[in-house]
Amino acid sequence: MSDAILTETTPEAPTHSQLADIWRQFKSHRGALWGGGFLVFITLFVVLGPYIWPFDPQKLDIRAKDMRPVYIGLFSGAESTVKWSWWHPLGTDNLGRDLLAKLISGGRITLSVGWVAMLLALIIGATVGVLAGYFKRLDGILMRLTDLFLALPLLPLLLVMMLLFREPLRATFGTESGTFLLIVFVIGVTSWMQTARVVRGDILALKEREFVLAARSIGTTPFRMILRHLLPNVMSAIMVSATLGLATAIITESAISFLGLGFPPDFPTWGKLLSDATDRLQRFPERVIWPGLAISLTVLSVNYIGDGLRDALDPRIRGR
Amino acid sequence: MLTYTIRRLVLSVPTLLFISLVIFALLEFAPGDPMAQVPLTVPPEVKQKMREALGLGQPWPIRFGKWLYQFFVIEPMHLFDIMFNTTWAEGKQRVISWQTRGPVMDLVAQRMPQTLWVVGTAYIVAILVALPIGIYSAYKQYSVFDQAGTLISMIGFSVPPFFSGVLVIVIFSVNLGWLPSIYDTTHRVTDWDSFVVQFQQMIMPVMVLALQITGQISRFMRASMLDNLNQDYVRTARAKGLRERAVVMVHVVRNSMIPVVTVIALGIPAIFGGAIITEQVFKVNGLGQLLITAIQANDLPMVQTLTFIFAVLIVLFNLIADVLYGILDPRIRYE
Repeated sequence: MSDAILTETTPEAPTHSQLADIWRQFKSHRGALWGGGFLVFITLFVVLGPYIWPFDPQKLDIRAKDMRPVYIGLFSGAESTVKWSWWHPLGTDNLGRDLLAKLISGGRITLSVGWVAMLLALIIGATVGVLAGYFKRLDGILMRLTDLFLALPLLPLLLVMMLLFREPLRATFGTESGTFLLIVFVIGVTSWMQTARVVRGDILALKEREFVLAARSIGTTPFRMILRHLLPNVMSAIMVSATLGLATAIITESAISFLGLGFPPDFPTWGKLLSDATDRLQRFPERVIWPGLAISLTVLSVNYIGDGLRDALDPRIRGR
Repeated sequence: MLTYTIRRLVLSVPTLLFISLVIFALLEFAPGDPMAQVPLTVPPEVKQKMREALGLGQPWPIRFGKWLYQFFVIEPMHLFDIMFNTTWAEGKQRVISWQTRGPVMDLVAQRMPQTLWVVGTAYIVAILVALPIGIYSAYKQYSVFDQAGTLISMIGFSVPPFFSGVLVIVIFSVNLGWLPSIYDTTHRVTDWDSFVVQFQQMIMPVMVLALQITGQISRFMRASMLDNLNQDYVRTARAKGLRERAVVMVHVVRNSMIPVVTVIALGIPAIFGGAIITEQVFKVNGLGQLLITAIQANDLPMVQTLTFIFAVLIVLFNLIADVLYGILDPRIRYE
């Protein structure tokens, strides 16, 4: 008995950190885990793809046009007339360009547009939200601005902006980077409002807490206060809206491309591939299905990650 | 409540004015010339005349004011004329499309029914499907049904309509041959057979739109139900011996519906925007298709008017949602 008291040591440090806690909760969300896995896979697919499958997506090979995918060729029997080849596992288009190579290069554009546009929306949204929440004088005007943006018909405006500014930007920055800049900018400035609202709400609540009062009492400047004390605490809200933003950015880019106002035909994004293939849908359904699956699965996995993150970052749920 | 509604109505006027200014400025200061298509052989003074004929001669504030006057005064007067056979708007200049040289509003009135039919049916179907799914998922949280419902709603808002639409065309039109892939808007319903045709051609667009909306609403309904199911009043209702059915279907559902109703109201304008893509996939010549063709033809008055109509819808349904919230939940009264 007395031995036990004597050997008792000081209280141990918590056995797991907050980060480990979050990871544990995230792991228990099976959908989020699958989503994360798929996102890593598709990212590796488009990043490393050109090194593993080093064929030019623009190379015309008119003799190898309209090839069917390998799986159709294999199951169609020996004496069928289906054109297929091991060199084109997903088939080729009407000019003999390899579909797999096109998927890889399209995915690079689609995913990078998604990430950059999401980051832009996040930066604008977080800045507006923090400023509106922290500085009372800015609150009224910034929130009015947010409401105004929320009342804009976004998809029609996106299309109009794409139409009006496409040519001049292409002339200035070149076809690919001009369109890229425009799409990223247009998606970014039309999707920051939800982030701003959520961040502002969180900041307003945080501002009343004791640790902020304590920090202010030792003379912390507003800049340091925001950077050191407020931003880390709203990080979870920002990350959840980041996942939502990535999903909507990918869908919006594909929608613009589908409607023919996005990238020119030389730079086929997934949405452009899909829309180009709809005309010959009856004979070559695979040309629609593969890009469509790529978009849908990517967005689905990002949405599941968001769902898992929301659970993992919410301390009320995490304990359960 | 009435004063609140009136105040909100008055406040929405500057919002709408600002939005119309933004749209006008965007079109105005964008590079690009409506006369770019005119051959170079046309002499400059003729070009100037053509410019004035399109209403481009004056500085922009005057044209903006004129457009506002046409949209808010002449067009409503014209509508009044048609409804009551008066001649108020006789001889007044209406908003003219550059494509067809006809009034923009006539085209909008022609295209509106198709969009309303498809979008409206999809919305009603989606609500009718989503609410039971949401209620049951929350009641049996983490059950197999709940997991499946979550998966389906996740798929619903992850799969973009331009893929799900094309996919159902491949399955039901190309492979099975059950349904037509193109929506025929000239079709008139006169008897049972033509009704069946109309029904068949509406299935796919409605299904595609409804899948998307169902995902959002059922998720929302589930979350709202979960918030309410653990509340004290539910325990009280059970303790006093109400049947489980009455507890859930009357007490919990009615309280959970409050936020969901506002979400439904808020979603209506977004659906009009989202229907642009669905209309394009199924070749429905509704408002969305009108907008796309106007954008491609550089028809600025049409684009401006249509975009503004979408903005009016958003502001209007925001207002409706706010007022509904106050009516449904007496704890929230904005005085």
